[in-house]
Order: sequence, then C-alpha cells, then structure tokens
Amino acid sequence: MPELETDNPSAVRMKTSAYPIEHFVADLEETPVRATDSAVSDAAPRSLWGEAWRNLRKQPLFLISAFLILLVIFVALFPGLFTNEPPNENCLLENSDGGPAPGHPLGFTQQGCDILSRVVYGTQSSLTVGLFATLGVVVIGGLIGALAGFFGGWVDAILARIGDIFFALPLILGAIVVVQLPAFQQNRNVWTLVLILVAFGWPQLARITRAAVIEVRNADFVTAARSLGISPLAALVRHVIPNALAPVIVIATISLGTFIVAESTLSFLGIGLPPDVMSWGNDIFSAKSSLRSNPSAIFWPGLALSITVLSFIMLGDALRDALDPKARKR
Amino acid sequence: MRFARNSKILSVAAIAAFTLSACGGGSDEAATGENTDAVIVVDGSEPQNPLIPTSTNEVGGGAILDLVFAGLVSYDAEGAPQNEMAESIETEDAQNYTITLKEGKTFTNGDPVTASSFVDAWNYGAAAKNAQLSSYFFESIAGYDEAAAEGSTVETMSGLTVVDDRTFTVALSQPESDWPLRLGYSAFYPLPEGALADPATFGENPVGNGPYKFAAEGAWQHNQQIELVPNDEYEGPQEAQNAGVTFKIYQNDTTAYQDLISDNLDVLKTIPTSDIKNFKNDLGDRWIESPYAGNQTIAIPYYLENWDGEAGKLRRQALSMAINREEITDVIFNKGRTPAKEFTAPVLDGFSEDLPGSENLEYNPEQAKELWAEAEALEPYDTAEPLTIAYNADKGDHKTWVEAVVNNIKNNLGIEVSGKPYATFKEVRTEATEQTLTGALRSGWQADYPSLANFLGPIYTTGAGSNDAVYENPEFDAKVSEGLAAESVEAGNETMNEAQEMLLEDLPALPLWYQVAQGGWSTDVENVDFGWNGVPLYYAITGK
Amino acid sequence: MAWYIFRRFLQLIPVFLGATLLVYFLVFSLPGDATAAICGERGCTPGVVAGLREQYNLDEPFWIQYLLYLKGLLTFDLGTNFSGRPIAVIIAEVFPTTAKLALMALAFEAVFGIAFGLIAGMRKGKLFDSSVLVLSLIVIAVPIFVLGFLMQFLIGVKLGWTDPTVSGDPTFTELLLPAVVLGLVSFAYVLRLTRTSIIENISADYVRTATAKGLSRKRVVVVHVLRNSMIPVVTFLGADLGALMGGAIVTEGIFNVNGVGLTLYRAVLNGDGPMVVSIVTFLILIFCLANLLVDLLYAWLDPRIRYA
Repeated sequence: MPELETDNPSAVRMKTSAYPIEHFVADLEETPVRATDSAVSDAAPRSLWGEAWRNLRKQPLFLISAFLILLVIFVALFPGLFTNEPPNENCLLENSDGGPAPGHPLGFTQQGCDILSRVVYGTQSSLTVGLFATLGVVVIGGLIGALAGFFGGWVDAILARIGDIFFALPLILGAIVVVQLPAFQQNRNVWTLVLILVAFGWPQLARITRAAVIEVRNADFVTAARSLGISPLAALVRHVIPNALAPVIVIATISLGTFIVAESTLSFLGIGLPPDVMSWGNDIFSAKSSLRSNPSAIFWPGLALSITVLSFIMLGDALRDALDPKARKR
Repeated sequence: MRFARNSKILSVAAIAAFTLSACGGGSDEAATGENTDAVIVVDGSEPQNPLIPTSTNEVGGGAILDLVFAGLVSYDAEGAPQNEMAESIETEDAQNYTITLKEGKTFTNGDPVTASSFVDAWNYGAAAKNAQLSSYFFESIAGYDEAAAEGSTVETMSGLTVVDDRTFTVALSQPESDWPLRLGYSAFYPLPEGALADPATFGENPVGNGPYKFAAEGAWQHNQQIELVPNDEYEGPQEAQNAGVTFKIYQNDTTAYQDLISDNLDVLKTIPTSDIKNFKNDLGDRWIESPYAGNQTIAIPYYLENWDGEAGKLRRQALSMAINREEITDVIFNKGRTPAKEFTAPVLDGFSEDLPGSENLEYNPEQAKELWAEAEALEPYDTAEPLTIAYNADKGDHKTWVEAVVNNIKNNLGIEVSGKPYATFKEVRTEATEQTLTGALRSGWQADYPSLANFLGPIYTTGAGSNDAVYENPEFDAKVSEGLAAESVEAGNETMNEAQEMLLEDLPALPLWYQVAQGGWSTDVENVDFGWNGVPLYYAITGK
Repeated sequence: MAWYIFRRFLQLIPVFLGATLLVYFLVFSLPGDATAAICGERGCTPGVVAGLREQYNLDEPFWIQYLLYLKGLLTFDLGTNFSGRPIAVIIAEVFPTTAKLALMALAFEAVFGIAFGLIAGMRKGKLFDSSVLVLSLIVIAVPIFVLGFLMQFLIGVKLGWTDPTVSGDPTFTELLLPAVVLGLVSFAYVLRLTRTSIIENISADYVRTATAKGLSRKRVVVVHVLRNSMIPVVTFLGADLGALMGGAIVTEGIFNVNGVGLTLYRAVLNGDGPMVVSIVTFLILIFCLANLLVDLLYAWLDPRIRYA
C-alpha cells in the first residue's frame, strides 16, 4: 500500500486540508511489533461473533446499558421489591392529582393511584410488548428482507410485493379486526398487542434489511467468499448479514421505544391493553387528560420509558461497534 | 376583530387600535355592547347525512337544521314550546289534533309554507322505503305501522289529512298529551315542494324557513365549515342578533379549545375533559355552566345471571350505593355534572329530586356491603363472570369516569370489576341490540324534546328501541302508558314519577349524573347562553 | 432499466388486487353492524335498517361486494360513502392537503435528520452527539398526542406565532408546525440511521483512498461518505411517505387538518368498505411508486448495484 512508504503521515495531511485527519496509518506505539510477531499462526480463527463478544465485554457503553437493561428486567420480574403499594388498588379520588406524600414519593394520578406503584408494575407489560414485538419484527422482517435482497429477481419481486401489501394496510383496521378474532376477544393481553405490532411492523424492517443486503451483497469480500466456493446461503449468513446489521439495529432499537408508545396510542383508540392491565402506555394515555394540571403523572412513566429505550439504543450502538472491526475503538 | 381568523398581524393591529380608542373614551361599538354586525364562529361537527330533517339523527347536523328550518313550534331557553309556523295546535281528546299555520310564511326560495309542506315531509320520513333514520318519531301517528313496516311500500300515514293550505289534522293511534311537545324536534320540520324529488342534492344546499339560511350554494364545505347568514324573511322568536353563524368543523374538542383560547373560535359548546380544571382560569368570566336535559347511566342487562332476580336486584342496589357520585362529579368533572337523584333531568317540567327510592342513589358504602352480603346469602355471585363496564373509545371521553366508578366499586365492595373499551360505537350498539353484552354498558340519554316521558318510554318499557337492560315490567309499562294518555302534561308527569319509583327500586340502570353544558366564548362576542338541550342559542349571540 | 421499470409496473397489478381484496375482507369482518354506526345512539326501526342494508349492498356476501366495487372502479365510479357523498369528490378534497403535509414532513425529517445525523456521526461521542441522542429519546418516548398538543399549546396559543389549527385550504406557513410534529418520530429514525451509516463508512477503505488522493475533507464527506451512507436512509424515507400520508391520524386530529388519515380512520370506524378501499388503493399507488423510485436510486447511490 502506498501509504506505508510515507513514514510521516502528517506530511500528507498538511498538503491536502487544514482539517485534522484521522490516522490512516497506526502509530508505531499502537501496534507493538512484538505483539504482532508473537501471533500464533496456526491458532483457530475466532468467529466474527466471538470477536464481537470479546470486544463488547470491554466497552463501558455496553456495560452501562447491560446493567440498565438487567435492572429493568429485574423490576419487571419482581415489581413487589420496589414498592409497598399493591398494584391497581387503593386508588382514592381524594388523592387525585396529589403531590408526593409519605409512602408515595412520586405523587398520585388523576384517579388517585400511587404513581410509583403504577410505573413499577407497568414495567412488565410494557417491556414485554416492546421486547417481543421488536424481536418478532426483526426475525420476520429481517428474514424476508435478507432473502429478497440477496437473491433478487423473482424472490425479491414476490417478497417485496407482499411487504407492500401489508405496509399499505391501515394499522387500525388490522388491529380492530385482530382484536376481535375469537381467539383474542375474551382474553385480550400483551400477546395480542405483540401480534398486531409484528403483523404490521415487519415490512418496514424488511425493506431496510433488503436495502442493506443489496448494498453488501456486491461488496468485494462477498464476491471473494463466493469465488472460494461457499454456498449462497452460507455467504448470506456468514458474510452478508453480519455486515448488513447496522441499520437493522438502529431501526430495531428505536422501534422498541415506538412499540411501547404505540401501545398507548392503541389504548387511545380502544384497541390496546385492557384498562386494568398496568402499563406505561396506559398511564401515559390516562395522564393526557390531566396534562396541564398534573404533569408528573406523565413525566414518570415517560422517564421510565426513556431510560429503557436509551439503554437499548446504547446496547445497539455497542453491538454495532463490536461487529464492525473498522470503526472499533481501540 | 373578525379579521383575527385570517391574519395574526391584523388582529394585533386591531387590538392596538381598540386599546387606543378605549383610552380616548370614544369607543363606539364597545360602549353599546350590542354589535349585531358580527359573524359568529362556533364549533360544529360534520353532519353525517345530507341535511334532510328526517335523516339527521346526530348533533352535528341537528344544530344546522335547527337554524335553517323552523317547525310548528320551537323551544325557548327553558324548553317551553313557542309557536313558530303554527298559529294553533288544538285537541280535545289528546288523540286528534287540528293544526293551523300562520299566514304568509315562506321558504327562502319564495315557496309558501303550507299544510302539505309538513304532511309530505312527515310521510316521507315515516315510510320504510325511504329508510329515514328518524322514522320512529312518527310512531304515534295513526297509520305509522303500515308505512314503516319492513319492506312496506305504503307512502302515507292514514292519520295525516290536509284540510286546506293552512290547516291539517293529525290522528294518533292512542291519546298522548305530550305529543305537541315533540313538534319542535327537527324530524317534524317542513320541506319545500320538490325537495324530496332529489333529497341528496337538496341536502347539500337545503332551503328552509328558519332564522338562518345557507350563505350561498356550496356553503357547506365538508369537514371544514358551514356558513349561515340570517334569513331576512324570518319573523319569530329566534330572530338573528348577528350577521351570521359559521360552524367550523372540528375533529375533537381539545383542538377546538386551543382555538377558543387564542380567539380563533368564538363559541365552544363543550369544554374538553383535559381542560376541565383550567377553563375557568383560562377564560376569566367568559364561560358558562348550564344544566341541560341529559343524563349518564350504567345499564346492566337482565340476561346476565349475576344481575337477575331478587339477588340481582340487591346487587344492583349495592352497586349503586357504592358509587360516590358527589366525589366523582367534584373531582373528575370539577363540579361540571350534578349527581343524579332519579332517571330524567332537572331542567324538565315535573322533575322531582326526592322521589321515594332515591336513597338508592345516595353514597352509602356500609349499606352497600350489607346488601351485597344479603344477595350472597340468597345466591352466590358467579366470580367467573366479573363485572365489566363497556364503553366506546371513538366518541366522547368515557374512560376517565368509568375508571373512577370502577375504583369506587372495587374499593367499597371488594369485587373484581373493570372498564371494557370498544374501538367503535357500532360494536357496542350491535352487541346491545343482539343482547350479547357480557357486562354492564355505559349509557345515557339526551332529550329529543323536553318531556319526562322521553326519558322513560324509549329506554325502559318492554321491547323499546333503547332498552339495553332488557327491563321487562308490565306494571311499569302500564304506568307509562297511563301517564302518556293523561289529560294534561302536568297530570301525566305525576304518573311518570310514580313509574320512576319502580325504576328506583329495580335499577335496570344506575343513574349517575345529570349533564351540564360547560361552554366558553372568545373576547369578541357576548350574550352567549345555552338552551335546555345544551346547545348554545346561536341566534342571540352578538359581537362586542 | 426500462425493462425493470416496466416489470415493476406490472407487479402493481397483483399488489393492487391483493391489497384491495385483503382490505375489503378486513372491513367486511369488522365487528359490529355497519347500520349501527349510521343509526347512532337511538337506533333505527327494523324497516329502516332493512332499507339501509339494501342501499349499501350490505346483505351481499363479501366477494360480491368486492366485485361490485371492482366493477365500479373499472368504470371510474368509486361509488358513495355512507354519508351519500361521492367518494371521488372526498378523495379530491383530502389528498392535496395531505400530500402537502406529508411532503413537508418528509422534507423536514430528511433535511434535519441527515444533517444532524451527519454531524453526530462525524463527532461520535462528543457533546453534539449526546445532545441529539437525548433529543431523539424525547421524541421517541413521548407519544405524538402529547408532544403535538404541547407544541400546539406553546407555539400556537401561548406564543401566538401561528394559529393553533389550520384552515380548509392550508398555506405553507400554516402547515409548518403540523409537518414538524408529523415528522418528529421519523426524524429520530433518519438521524440515527444516518449517524450509524456515517460511522460505518468514515473508516472505509475508499475514504482513506480519497483522502490519500488529496481530496478535501468536505468533498470526501459529502461526495463519498454521505452518498455511500444514504441507502438505508433513502429506503426508510421512501417507505415512510406512505405512512405519513395514511397514518397521520393523531397529527391531523390535533391540528384539525381535513386529511387522508382522519378520513380513513372515520371510514374504518364506520365500517365504510368502499371508502376505506378507495383510500387504501391510492395509498398503495403512492407507496409503490415511492418504493420504485427508491430502488432506482440505489443504483445511482452505489454503482455496484445493478438492475436486470
């Protein structure tokens, strides 16, 4: 490579631009010669994922986000440890819109329910909706998008057009119908909601995945792998998908948040969770009617939601960094 | 000031000029306070159907019709009928009526208002082949059953006879003393000749005889606004005190409220629940709370096992006593509703707040628990079918108060109960009609005409159209018929209240509260008042 | 290329048939009797119900209703909705406003999303990057019915910079605030997508090469990094156009915009089959064309991508 002939990279920099440029040749002290020399040439190659995991473990971003996510999961599993108030009980109108009181550090909702208790007990359904809807969308949308993008031609035509059909359907229409299916009519719960969100959310992710895969499938390393004789499917799984993940991760982490919020909008339309199921979405929707007189009723569930989304976005960022050797922080 | 709607800059300039002239002490119009040249912008909702009186059954279209048309009578602010087109409505037996019209009344296209204008419109409304939504309003008229039967091709009702241009007679199928009270309702409005040849076209640009008329062809800009201007030919009790009323169509009250407090809307007839705690602050003295003839109830169908029979009756009473109406109306509605004492509404003639049995509507958690236990002893409550309260999420904000009621019941009776939202109104209606509800149903009634009977007959008599609780009590039915047939409305009201005592005992529905119109107006208008039905008296509003 | 476009247009036919059939089926299976919506709180007499059912073909089986609709479509007659108004007239009323609103929202999220994402990606981990992260968190975590209401209250009512609601035939300035509110959530998506793509690409080989060739940093970023980062972003924007046009229910409600989203929502609530299908048909057309455009853009953005 021609750069190696210049022993002083800054000389190049001076010529081209006044902006500081990242090093494109590592400083000598950053690549200890001995370390390179001591490489075991016959060691088994680490897989991409193994490499990523090794990297991930050391990142503070990952550690923080993992801690937060575990905390949220813990709250979801054992809400009783975080509040003394029993769930969904003792809502007295005399406490309506009341401020913080002893035993009720966050105050009360318009219905006179303890805000802390509602936020804590709402974690479970909100997290379930967000997490599993995202998972479903990523699996279905990702799979269809990857196949459509990688194989192109008639596979693409069929899969992408099916996606178009679903994308064009109004969510409300689908939701109202699905909610009324005999299987769901009597016991509407978080899984109904997950199903609705997945059924109408996957085309978006499919399109993004398809685009990313189309972009990557023509890259040199894929051509190289293919010419080495690996099967198309193996090339897709081992080389294309890991390199096409970045936009998928972005969409997935943001969607996690928008799904939790969507639950609130669906409640607003009368097709969300039943009112006796506690969730952040239900709380945010209820708090709307006292938005100006009691903003704290919307602030706390909103904050809980923000923290959850933040931690997943950070996790996504860390994962992306770990998967991309080029952008990896040293 | 009317420019405010089009341009902010102009409105700021106008305020500045206004202030200056006020300082000079020579403000002309502001001093008199009676500016009849103002066009008033009010909130409305999109009429669901072409504006034909008999095919309009919702408030959006009703408000327009009430201004564009005038019936035989109209109602004053208190709900008392006053003659419009009628010179006299006479009867001797409460069954046969002779109606004489005033002379020289015309529609805005110049056609005279004749006996046929009424008779033809009513016949059209009743005949099944025309599928008019308000058809049942004519049910008392002799011959209605033949014309309105499914698949009938009969076009006229035998009870209606035109005597001459200004006179017609009406024969009812049974005596009903409160029948003339109904005649102010929009279904009874007259139509000009030829209107019914092409109702869809007529309904786009209706030609009426009321205090207002359409500003021009196409004044109804769908989902945006409807512009009305005064009808100069009109003479009567509702003469316009302004230069026009423009209904601006809103999708929700919250949005309309924002326009109101920024003076882009002159009159808002319903303060949204989200601003019920702020509006008195936001509006200073520009608001009104005015009780009207409407109520809110929870109907509990008798086909639910838990709520039938003697034990069911005790449970209904327990439920009713477990609801703290006072507190909910105070806290949730900021005193914008009045706790119910019976099944009708206080603005009506004949209303009585201390009927025997009204104590069943008083908050009394101890007795509620006792009654519940008593019922338990008779017949155990099937916990596999917990109580739900159904409401629709697409119109009106019911979630907040339903939740408050649910919490009341949970806290006081310790039973499992929850609200049950439906995405659409039609789902709830369909289940109610087909009697497949699995729980209680939020219900309510807004009077079509100011009469106690209107709150009882259509809802609680056996087989009545809105009897969602499927209440069947022959004694009650007999009382209501007796009340209707009484020689005078006053005598009838007493009988109606006797019938109500049975309802208070049985509680087919739990009356919760009476409706109060909470409205507000902008800084540009005054003389805003609400009528007996919660609709502003648009004709009386003036500019400032 | 021309062949590819032609084929894509051919594919519109099965998409159209599939989507309309599916939509019609869903509307048909909507719970509740459509006449119950028309009759309102009071209900109708059986005679009236029978008349209404006949008037709107409600008694026909689902596939006959669908065929009747298709037949109308082929003769350019979309029929009437449950209020008795011609559907074609309603569509002509609502689509222009919504198109304006959606395009403005799209422009907003594209311009600001890409610009912010670009800067955040270039300065990864710096203050600007963290600030826009917080900004996008707020946008994601606060539902639009709250955010839109607050912005309307602050800007429209308290500050009085614009009217809180838009008029029937809204101007560009009137639609600014609704467009921003409508585009907010997608803005967060575009921003994060751009940022990630930039980070991916900024360390790519061709960037080193370009820099080594002596190109200015600005040129490297704009011509090479940004262009190569645009594929996921453009994909998202293309798919978003359909969502912005048909799904603006909440935003249109807040600002009283007489648009497609609300019209569709009301039609769904009323079980108004022909109305729903007609609107969805138009949405599908727009949506498919936008996607086709995006697919063609891929080849321009990345010359390695070809169409056969």
